[in-house]
Amino acid sequence: MIVLSLRNLVKTFGGLVAVASASFDVEDGSIVGLIGPNGAGKTTIFNLITGNLTPDAGEIFFTNHSIKGLAPHRIVANGIARTFQTIRLFENMTVLENVLAGRHCRMRAGMLSSLLRLPRQRREEKLALKHCLEELDFVGMVDQRQNLARNLAYGSQRLLEIARALATEPRLLILDEPAGGMNEQETGSLIDLIRAIQARGISILLIEHDMSLVMEVCKKLVVLEYGGVIAAGPPEVIKNDPKVIEAYLGQDLDDL
Amino acid sequence: MIKALPPALVAFLLLLPPLVCSNYWLDVLNAIGVSAILAFSLNLIVGQAGMFHMGHAAFCAVGAYTTAIMNTALGTPVLWTMPLAGMAAGFFALLVARPIIHLRGDYLLLVTIGIVEIVRIALTQDIFGLTGGANGIAGIDRPYIFGFRIYKPSHFYWLIWGMAGVTIVLFSYLERSRFGRALNYIREDNLAADGIGINSAAYKLGAFVLGAFWAGMVGTILVSKMTFVSPAFFTFWESVVLFVIVILGGAGNLKGVLLGAFLVTGLPEAFRDFEGMRMFCYGAAVILLMIFRPGGLLPSRPGDYNVAEFMKKLAGPAPNPRSGEDKRP
Amino acid sequence: MIVAERLSWVLKLRRGHKLNMEVFFQQFSNGLAIGGIYALIALGYTMVYGVLRLINFAHGDLFTSGAFLGYTFLVSLALGQSAGTVGAILLVVLLVMGVAAFLGYVLERCAYRPLRRSNRLNAVVSAIGASIVIQNSIMLIYGPQVLVFPAGMKPNVIVEIFGLNFPLMRFFLFGASVMLMLGLYFFINRTRLGTAIRAVAIDQDASRLMGIDVSQIISLMFMIGAALGGAAGVMVGVYYGQITFTMGWIYGLKAFTAAIMGGIGNIPGAMLGGMLLGMVESMAAAYISAGWKDAITFLVLIVILICRPTGLLGERVAEKI
Repeated sequence: MIVLSLRNLVKTFGGLVAVASASFDVEDGSIVGLIGPNGAGKTTIFNLITGNLTPDAGEIFFTNHSIKGLAPHRIVANGIARTFQTIRLFENMTVLENVLAGRHCRMRAGMLSSLLRLPRQRREEKLALKHCLEELDFVGMVDQRQNLARNLAYGSQRLLEIARALATEPRLLILDEPAGGMNEQETGSLIDLIRAIQARGISILLIEHDMSLVMEVCKKLVVLEYGGVIAAGPPEVIKNDPKVIEAYLGQDLDDL
Repeated sequence: MIKALPPALVAFLLLLPPLVCSNYWLDVLNAIGVSAILAFSLNLIVGQAGMFHMGHAAFCAVGAYTTAIMNTALGTPVLWTMPLAGMAAGFFALLVARPIIHLRGDYLLLVTIGIVEIVRIALTQDIFGLTGGANGIAGIDRPYIFGFRIYKPSHFYWLIWGMAGVTIVLFSYLERSRFGRALNYIREDNLAADGIGINSAAYKLGAFVLGAFWAGMVGTILVSKMTFVSPAFFTFWESVVLFVIVILGGAGNLKGVLLGAFLVTGLPEAFRDFEGMRMFCYGAAVILLMIFRPGGLLPSRPGDYNVAEFMKKLAGPAPNPRSGEDKRP
Repeated sequence: MIVAERLSWVLKLRRGHKLNMEVFFQQFSNGLAIGGIYALIALGYTMVYGVLRLINFAHGDLFTSGAFLGYTFLVSLALGQSAGTVGAILLVVLLVMGVAAFLGYVLERCAYRPLRRSNRLNAVVSAIGASIVIQNSIMLIYGPQVLVFPAGMKPNVIVEIFGLNFPLMRFFLFGASVMLMLGLYFFINRTRLGTAIRAVAIDQDASRLMGIDVSQIISLMFMIGAALGGAAGVMVGVYYGQITFTMGWIYGLKAFTAAIMGGIGNIPGAMLGGMLLGMVESMAAAYISAGWKDAITFLVLIVILICRPTGLLGERVAEKI
């Protein structure tokens, strides 16, 4: 079964073609890596999927429904959560409050029941707190729940973004350079975390420049160049694809 | 217990004035109460959601004129018009805020200033022949509660501070709820809030409508206290004062906003003898405060959630509470 | 102009008035004079916004200071029996510009520089505080009443064009503001310092790395803006003949509207916006309703911000994700 399917996606900015007829699929429960040189259009594709940008042409199917043109919050509610390349936490709020943000789309309390603190609203708040603490525990940050997000170490901020995204109960998690700025040890535990997320039945689509991480966790790689897909397949096949090697200026992918 | 002591003390102190204060000081306290409630409602928009809104007097005006017109033309009892005044102001906010909430910070500021001026001019120009022009509408009834006529400053004291108390309780509930948090996420990072599943446009609009609803209800109290209403009540300057109360006291902190109301509305009254100098000092104090205490006198604090009961479970026997299952609503 | 003319014609037919070109030309020349004044004030807003992304709420009060300083200088000149001439007014304008520039410098130093690294909301509130301080200083010095310029302070020359009479003052004001704006335009575009100003407006950090003293440039922007605002203050005082210490709010608000209309941060935009606003207001007062003219101004502003938030000459910018 296919969770996410992009069909001939096109996006241009003025005269610049950022994404040129890109198509690929993410299979249910798999980890797919989106790689390519800088400026190949990777983040643009992420923004198209998450609704931050609207494609000029093409289709995006999520669990066989078109999600093209939906607002970002609707797409999250449908089951796609994301992290940002440049970390975007709610800096002056606590770690726990940040995770609660992810829980928002699974809660119902409106203005009136919040204002009057109705019994239903209180039950829902309790459940949300419980769920968020579990997610924090999952990424190993439960002890930092009362710290302000801006006071966290860089690696912890990335983990918190993941916990916040997981709190939305996604079927597909989109990670934009999750290992960016992490040291080797942190990257190692990130790999374990990504596998644990997969074990929960969540599919993952990620952009990453750290080839060791990509080669290790991804079942499938999609290679972008100039906004188009030039190759897609298992890491071993991609490594030896002449087009891919050329895109990376003749470098051996093992060296990257 | 100890935590509940200061609020209890403040509440107790607020019971005393009608017994000991002169009518002049009761009037001052009533003025503080009115601006405190207005500032609480503005705090939703400015402090919680982080939108630069400097036209709150416009919403209060819509409520005030709704009460004035209904009472003088139709004879509706004043307090009955209160929810209607709120609804009129909320509806007005819905209409005017919808096209502008996506505007960037200072643009929004300017547009809201424009709105408050347009409303004031419309009232002065006797729009629809309903508002009585520059003279406004006089002869508004006093409010009655179960047949009891409210007309002395001490009566109004109970009415105003009763409403202020209810407002503080309800809005503090709101602060630590799904709705209140959503506004905070929008203030911190609008784009990230959208990206994590919050319909920011709807929540911003919600903040405007709820804030306006409350301001409209305050409008009812205001006109019944004065027994008349005129456009001069709702100048741009009044909006600025409310804005300053929120920022000075502490945007996003209800206690701070209350303190701000006492300082900004109350202090100038206390120094009435220094008429000329007091506004000068007030301006200088605002600058100094912004330089040395940018979060306001009582800055907003992150939420403190009681999680003890869940922590025990997490530390309990199950090594991984998430063991694979994935519940979906 | 053709549009405005048609509009006025249609409106007049509707109201059953007879077609009267005199009203139109009177309002047109009045619009030029007011528009020039708005443009001068708008320049101060736009230049400060261009470098600091801050609405200088106290700018309108610098304009008021200019009006009161102008009054003082004109009255003292009257003692020297040289009042009432164009030369005297020009001299006063220059004097006031100097003093206003100094005030602008002090304002930036005390109320804005300490807040340069903090939250925008704080800077806005500090600006409001500064506005209160300046306004009340003026009130303490000159008193709260309306000051009326003594008769004979301005040349009351009437010029006749095509059989219509216009006060010379309007054209003088328009000419003076155009001269000042041209001066500023050449300063910004043709001098070394002007290049530095444009560089700072684009990227402060890069400018600093290129050896530009950014703080000095920001001070300079405040000084130029204040000087132009002060000049506008004198002009308003002379044109209308009466001033109050609170007049800065409404003029400031309108000038800021003009700056946004043209595209904030954009200098030619502020000039265009000012002229446009003066014209809209002047025409609205004559053909729609004098009482509603301010409301119409703000309505125009709101419509522009909703339909084209970057103003007429501004460029669109998207937030980076």
